Amino acid sequence: MATFNLKINNKKHTVEADEDTPLLWVLRDHIDLVGTKFGCGIGQCGACTVHVDGNAMRSCLLPVSQAEDMSITTIEGLSKDGNHPVQQAWKEIDVPQCGYCQSGQIMTASAFLNQNSNPSNSEIRDAMHGNICRCASYNSIEKAVKVAADKIS
Amino acid sequence: MNLSEKQTFSRRSFLKTSALASGGMLISFNLFTACKSDVKPPIDISQLNFNDFNAFIKISDEGKVTIFSPNPEIGQGVKTSMPMLIAEELDVPWEDVHIEQGVLDTENYTRQLAGGSQSIRLGWEPLRQTGATAKQMLVNAAAAKWGISPSECKASQGVITNPKGETLGYGDVVKEAALLEVPEDVKLKDSKDFTIIGKNTSNVDLDKIVTGKPLFGLDYKEEGMVYASVLRPPAFGQALESFDDTAARALPGVIDVVVIGEKARAHLESEKKNWTAQLSKSDKVVVIAKTTWDAIKGKKAIKAVWKNDSELESTESHDKVLLDLLNGEKFDTRRKDGNVKKAFANADKILERVYESPFLPHNCMEPMNFFANVTPEKVHLVGPVQTPEDAAKVVSDLLDRKLEDIHLEMTRMGGGFGRRLYGDFVYEAAEIAAKINKPVKMVSTREDDMTTGIYRPAIKYKIAASIKDGKLTGYHLKEAAVNINMYGLIPNFFPAAALENYQVDTANYQSNITTGAWRAPYTNFLASAEQSFFDELAEILEVDRVQLHLDLLENVKKNPEPNIEYSPERLQGVIKMVVDKSNWGKTEAGVYQGFSVYYCHNTHVAEVADIIMENGNPIVKKVTCAIDCGVVVNPLGALNQVKGGIIDGIGHSMYAELTFKDGVPQSNNFNSYQLIRMGQTPEVDVHFVKNDIAPTGLGEPTLPPVGAAVANAIYKATGKRLTKQPYISNMDLEKVVG
Repeated sequence: MATFNLKINNKKHTVEADEDTPLLWVLRDHIDLVGTKFGCGIGQCGACTVHVDGNAMRSCLLPVSQAEDMSITTIEGLSKDGNHPVQQAWKEIDVPQCGYCQSGQIMTASAFLNQNSNPSNSEIRDAMHGNICRCASYNSIEKAVKVAADKIS
Repeated sequence: MNLSEKQTFSRRSFLKTSALASGGMLISFNLFTACKSDVKPPIDISQLNFNDFNAFIKISDEGKVTIFSPNPEIGQGVKTSMPMLIAEELDVPWEDVHIEQGVLDTENYTRQLAGGSQSIRLGWEPLRQTGATAKQMLVNAAAAKWGISPSECKASQGVITNPKGETLGYGDVVKEAALLEVPEDVKLKDSKDFTIIGKNTSNVDLDKIVTGKPLFGLDYKEEGMVYASVLRPPAFGQALESFDDTAARALPGVIDVVVIGEKARAHLESEKKNWTAQLSKSDKVVVIAKTTWDAIKGKKAIKAVWKNDSELESTESHDKVLLDLLNGEKFDTRRKDGNVKKAFANADKILERVYESPFLPHNCMEPMNFFANVTPEKVHLVGPVQTPEDAAKVVSDLLDRKLEDIHLEMTRMGGGFGRRLYGDFVYEAAEIAAKINKPVKMVSTREDDMTTGIYRPAIKYKIAASIKDGKLTGYHLKEAAVNINMYGLIPNFFPAAALENYQVDTANYQSNITTGAWRAPYTNFLASAEQSFFDELAEILEVDRVQLHLDLLENVKKNPEPNIEYSPERLQGVIKMVVDKSNWGKTEAGVYQGFSVYYCHNTHVAEVADIIMENGNPIVKKVTCAIDCGVVVNPLGALNQVKGGIIDGIGHSMYAELTFKDGVPQSNNFNSYQLIRMGQTPEVDVHFVKNDIAPTGLGEPTLPPVGAAVANAIYKATGKRLTKQPYISNMDLEKVVG
C-alpha cells in the first residue's frame, strides 16, 4: 500500500492503494466515480476510457502509480451539466440501448474530436473501432460523432 | 393476444386507487396479473393493500405524474415504452411524466421479467386500459364537481374541459377521483388519436447515461460493503479438491477467504434445471477484499487443486456426436405433415445440406455481479437480473428465509441477451453474504464471465428437400443440439404449412457444459440454416428466390391452421417491401445481395444484405430491413432495437465462436473472442410496415434472418455456399456447389 496524489476532474484526491491498482478501480472503488466502466480489464473494449492529459486512455491498463501528476478527466468531469457537444449529440440521436459502454464511447469521441474536429466518415470509424458496444448501437454512435463534430466546428 | 381478444378478467382485479396522505392520487395496478391471460384475479380487491400491487401511477395535487415501470431494463427500452402506453391513455404531456424503476413484488405475481421480446406485446392492452381507467376516474370527478355528465367533459393533455369551456387540471380533482368506484368499461383511444404512441421518445435514462451517473448493478454501493471474487472450476467436468490460500490472505487488501457451494448443492437436490446443476456442483473459493482489485488479485493468488468428476468435453467430440446424431435414427418428431419418406423415395432430385453453429457466450458488457446483505431482518439484494422473481424465490429457498424477507431491487442492466435470465450470480452473492455477515458485492471479471457461462449451445441442422418434375415436394429438417432442442411452436414456423410433405425431427446430446437462452434462442441459427438452404433450393429449382417464398406463402393461405402463428400475408408484405426498398437485383457492379425472410417472436422480418469483396474478404456494406411488428410504440427506440439486432447477428454469424478443449473454454476475453466493431458495421436501413395491429416485440426478431442474408450474398460474390458459422473462419472449408 502506498499513497498517491491524483488530479481528477480538476480536483485533488489522495488515495491509499497498491501501486499496481489500475486507475479504473481507484476511480470506481476509492473515489466513487463509477461512470468509468469495467468491461474487460485488458484494454480491448474501451468501456473504461478516460482522458489523461487530454488523450483518450484505457484506465484499466494505467496503474495508479503512473497516474500521478497527470490531469485526468472522467465522464463525470467532461462537462458541468452534461452539455459537452458530444453528450448533446448523444442525447439528440438517442444513442444508448443498455448504455453501459457509452461513457467510454463518449470519452473516446470527445478526445478524438478535440484533435480532429472535422473528421471524415472513415476517420470516425477508425477512431471508434476500439470501443465495443455489445448492443451494437454503432450506426447511432457514428451519426452522433458527426453531429458532435458539426457542433464543435 | 390480438386487438379483438378480451381480457379474461375485469379491470377491477388489477386496479386500485387511493388518496395519498401527502396529497394526490395513487393508482396501483398489478401488471403481471394484467398481462398474463391465464392468471386468476387475486382475492377480493378490498382486502388488498398496496404491497399487493407492483406498478403505480402517482398523480400529485399539482398534476405531476410519476409512473413506476416494473419490468427489468436491459437495453430493450421498456422503461420508456411501457410507461408511454399508460401516458397515452391517461392523456398527459409526456414531458410532464416522471419515470421510476419499480421494485419487485415476489409474493403474488408473475412475469416481472425481461425475455422473449414479450413485454410490449403482453402489456399493450392492459397498460393502456390502466391509463384510460385513471383518466375516466378523473373525468368522473370533474363532472361531479360541475354537476354534469362525464360524457359532456373532454380530457386531454392533463386538462378536463366542460361545454362552457371551463377547465380543471388533473391535479385539481385527484382527491375526489381517488375515492370513486373503478369504472369497468373504459374506451381506449383510436390509433389515429395517439399523441405519444408512435412518436420518437428518448430513453428515459439518457441524461444519467451520458453523464456517468450510477445506474448499473456494478455501480451500486453501501456503507461498509466489501467485494468478492469467486474462483470457479476452470473446466466443465471439474470440481474443487483442495486449495491453499496463504498467499491470498497475506495480501493487504484481502479480508477473508471463504468457501461456498453447500447451499447451492442443497438447493440442487430439489431443482433439476440443467444449468443450475452444472454450475452448482463444485465448491467455489471466494476472496473477500476491500476493493474489487484486491479481490481479483486475491483470487489469482489462490492455489487450487481440481479433480475431474465427469467427462472433459471438447469441440471436436461435440462435432462428431452431433453429426452422428444427424446421421442416426433416434429422433423425436416435432411436426409431421403428409409423407416425407414417400416424397423422397419418389424424388428426381434431393438437396441435402448440413449447417453447423458453435457455442456462444453472451458477453454482456457489464460482467455478472450482484449485491447482497443478509441480516436477521431481511435479505437485501440489488443488481441486474432479467428474472428477479425467480431469483428471489431461489434465494429464499437457499437461505431458508421467508419470501417476504427477500428484498430485491433491480438496477439498469449492462446488457442481458439471455444471460441474466439465470440467477446463479444472485445465489452466489447471497451465499457469500450469509457466510460473512457483511454487505458484499460479488463481481465477475470478463474471464470469469466468458469461461463460466450459460452458453448458446452448439447446434447442427440437416435439411433435405425432395424435387419431382421441377417442383418442391418435400422438406425434412433434423436438429441435433447440445442439451435442449427447439421449443414451443418453432417447428410450426415458416415453412411449416407451406408444403404437403413436411417434417421436423430433433435429437440431443447431454453435455456437462451449461447452456441456456441466447438472444432469439434456436431461431438465431435455425433461420440462418433454413434461409441459406432456400437460397440454394431456389437455384436448383431454377426459380427466383423471392418468388419461391411468395409462392410457398400462397400455399399457407390456402391451408389455415391454428398452430401456425405467422401470417403468410404479413410475411409476403415484408418480402415485397424489402425487395422494393433494397433495390433488389438492381445494384451496381461489385455489390452482391443476399435475401432472407423469417418470422419469430411474433414479428415478421425480411432483410437484404449488400456486400462487396475486398482482398478476398466479404465486407457487409448495407442491410435493408422490412419489419412488421404492428404498431410501433416508440420509433426511436424501435430503430435502435432493429439495427442492434441486425448488427449483432452479423457479428456473431461472421466472427464468433467459443470452442472447448478438455472442458476448458478456449477464449476468455476480447483478445481471443471477436465481437463486431464499428469498422465492420454496415449501414442499416429500416422500414416499418404501417398498420394498426397490436404491437409485438423487437428485442430479438431482427437477429435470426441476417446470417443467411450475408451468407447468400457471399455466395453470389464467391460461388461458395457457407454452411458453418462463424463464416469468416470457415470460408475456405466450404465446397463450391456444382
